[in-house]
Amino acid sequence: MTGVLPIALAEATKIVQAILLSGKEYVCVMRLHAEMPEDRVRSVLNEFCGTIYQRPPVRASVKRRLRTRNIYYNTFLEINGRNVLFKVGCEAGTYIRKLCYDIGEALSCSAHMQELRRTRAGPFTENTNSITLHELSYLYSQWQETNDETIPKKFIQPMEKTLENLPKIYIRDSAVDAICHGANLAAPGVLSVETDIKPNQMTAVFTQKTEAVALAKSLASTEEILDMDHGLVAKTERVLMHRGVYPKMWRGGL
Amino acid sequence: MHKIKPPWETKRKLIVKAEEETDPHFGHRPEERPIREHIKFGIINLDKPSGPSSHEVTAWVKRIMKIEKAGHGGTLEAQ
Repeated sequence: MTGVLPIALAEATKIVQAILLSGKEYVCVMRLHAEMPEDRVRSVLNEFCGTIYQRPPVRASVKRRLRTRNIYYNTFLEINGRNVLFKVGCEAGTYIRKLCYDIGEALSCSAHMQELRRTRAGPFTENTNSITLHELSYLYSQWQETNDETIPKKFIQPMEKTLENLPKIYIRDSAVDAICHGANLAAPGVLSVETDIKPNQMTAVFTQKTEAVALAKSLASTEEILDMDHGLVAKTERVLMHRGVYPKMWRGGL
Repeated sequence: MHKIKPPWETKRKLIVKAEEETDPHFGHRPEERPIREHIKFGIINLDKPSGPSSHEVTAWVKRIMKIEKAGHGGTLEAQ
């Protein structure tokens, strides 16, 4: 299996959770166990769009109970004999090997996953600054030799990239350090909010300089947050920024 | 079948609640971080080769970059 594997460095490892929970896209070769007409394959692929039921495979890292996953699209690309090439956009935790097996059952010829390439993990795609291990090792030695800082800036992206698809809440400088100490976000600290936030949703708390401060669960909707003048708007789940980057402007209580 | 939009196609708008300047003395815009911090708070979009496991690939990245800690986002089976 090849493709997009975002690797978080040092302090950025705190953000891995956000990638694990984000949607993925794969290009897959499915091997049918008997020849099938193309239109039949196309229609079954379509049936596996929307919310599907999936039982994790025997070799899985989660409990093997039936669960639902969202399939955003299953795009037929090509059929060649018994090999079917298709592209699938899916929710985190969808097993493509199992999807192929289940599609095979629905086609009543059975099938298995032959090859898989991940083309997207959240905001990371194979077309956006993706590098191979060879390129990485080459660029790293280039940088060490030349001391040219534009080199690592090219192949390493700020961790904030990871949060591109999460709804964001921008806060005052004076609210930053309290969040870094684990406090929840209160309404007066909020400067701006993105649309479509619903309560109990993962959001990213940002400074005005667009630095990530924390991952937080919303406690109110966008509309409510805009209306609130006191009270908590989000519960801090994972602090991403170091303490002391912004000044401590909150009073230490007892 | 009910269609569900992928999260990466969701477009959001920003609504301002209050205005305030940010003090340039504190923090940095992510793209302007000093190089050491850029790496410390950085992420590599690696194109994983076939063969080694995601875990092994992550270990290689650590070795190449000479860093102590790294983590990958979502296992891709080896094979």
